[in-house]
Amino acid sequence: MAEFTLPKNSRVTKGRHFAAPEGASNVKRFAVYRYDPSSGDNPRMDTYDIDLESCGPMVLDALIKIKNEIDPTLTFRRSCREGICGSCAMNIDGDNTLACTRAIDDAKGDLKIYPLPHMSVVKDLVPDMTHFYAQYASIKPWLQTRTPPPAGKERLQSKADQELINEPAACILCACCSTSCPSYWWNSDRYLGPAALLAAYRWLVDSRDEASAERLDDLEDSFRLYRCHTIMNCTPACPKGLNPARAIAATKKMLVERKF
Amino acid sequence: MSNHGRPLSPHISIYRWPINMTTSILHRATGVAISVGFVVLVAWLFAAAAGSEAYATFMTYMDTMLGKVLLIGWSFAFFFHFSNGLRHLAWDTGYGFEMRQANASAWLVIISAVVMTALFWWVRA
Repeated sequence: MAEFTLPKNSRVTKGRHFAAPEGASNVKRFAVYRYDPSSGDNPRMDTYDIDLESCGPMVLDALIKIKNEIDPTLTFRRSCREGICGSCAMNIDGDNTLACTRAIDDAKGDLKIYPLPHMSVVKDLVPDMTHFYAQYASIKPWLQTRTPPPAGKERLQSKADQELINEPAACILCACCSTSCPSYWWNSDRYLGPAALLAAYRWLVDSRDEASAERLDDLEDSFRLYRCHTIMNCTPACPKGLNPARAIAATKKMLVERKF
Repeated sequence: MSNHGRPLSPHISIYRWPINMTTSILHRATGVAISVGFVVLVAWLFAAAAGSEAYATFMTYMDTMLGKVLLIGWSFAFFFHFSNGLRHLAWDTGYGFEMRQANASAWLVIISAVVMTALFWWVRA
C-alpha cells in the first residue's frame, strides 16, 4: 500500500553545520543525509560548506573530501570512481545517480544528497541492498540449457544475437532505476523492479538460453512484472544510459505474443 | 521495508518530479475522476427519464458554479485519460521508449487534453 509519509523513526531532522575554512573563495553548500544507528536518534541533514577550489569536480570527490578533512564519521560506499562498479549510487539533487559520474556543477544552489529512496538505511548514505540482490537472484541470472553442448566447442552466438544482449548485460546493479520507481517504493516486497526485470529480459533474449518458457511463467504475475505501470522514472535514472522501461515492455509483449 | 529499527530513506518528498511521473499519476487520478463522472452521467439520464420536473431540478444543480467546475473537470479528465491511454497503447506495442519521445509525448498528451477540453466547451457554447 502506498504510504506517502515517512515512519516516525525516519523523519529527517536538522543536523550540524560545518562552515567553510577562512579565506575560502568558491564555496558550495552540501546538505547530506546522516543516520547513526548507535545513537538511536532520527536521521538528520548535516550541512558542509566546501571550498570548490580545493575539491575535485565530481560529487564523490566532495564526499571523500568531507570524510578525509572535515568529518570522518560520514559513511558511504564507493570503489571504482568511474561509473563501472555502481557502489556510490545515491540520490543527488533529486535524481538517483552515481556520485562519481555526477558533476558538482550540475546542481544549482545547495547540493542535497540522500541515500537511494525508500530503502532501509544501515548508516548515512548506505542502504540495505539485501532484498534488491535477492530479487536479482530470483530471476535466475545464469544460462539455463536443456540440450547437451555441441561436441568440442562452446555454444556459439551470431553477432546479431550478441547485439541483443549487449545493452541489458551492461547493467551494473547500482539500483538507481529500481529505487526511482514509485511502484517499487510501494510494492518492492512483491514487485521485482526495473533492475531485476532488465536482467530477466537479458536472459529471455539470449539465443543460447533454453529456459524462456519457464522464465516467462515466473514473470507472469500481477505483482512481479505487472506492477510496472510505465511511469518511466527508471530509464532517465540509469547512469549507464540503459532502458529498463523498454525491456519491461518487450517482456510484457512476449507474454502476450506467446498466447497466439 | 524497514527492519532492525532502521529508518526508511526519504522518497516521494525528495525525488525530482519528471514529467512522465506527473502524467502517470494524472492518468490514475483522471481514471478515478471519470468513474465518478459517469455516475453523474447516469444520474442525468435518470433525471431525464423521471420527467421534466426532475430534469429541471438536476439542471439547476449543474448550472451552479460548482456544477460547471465539476463538468469541465470531468471533461478534462476524460480527454486526458483518453489521450494518455493512446500513449499507453503505443508503449504496449513497444514504441516511444526513447526519453526524447517519452518526454515529447507527455507534453503532447497534456496539450491535447487542454485543447480538446477547450474545443468541447467552445463547440457546446
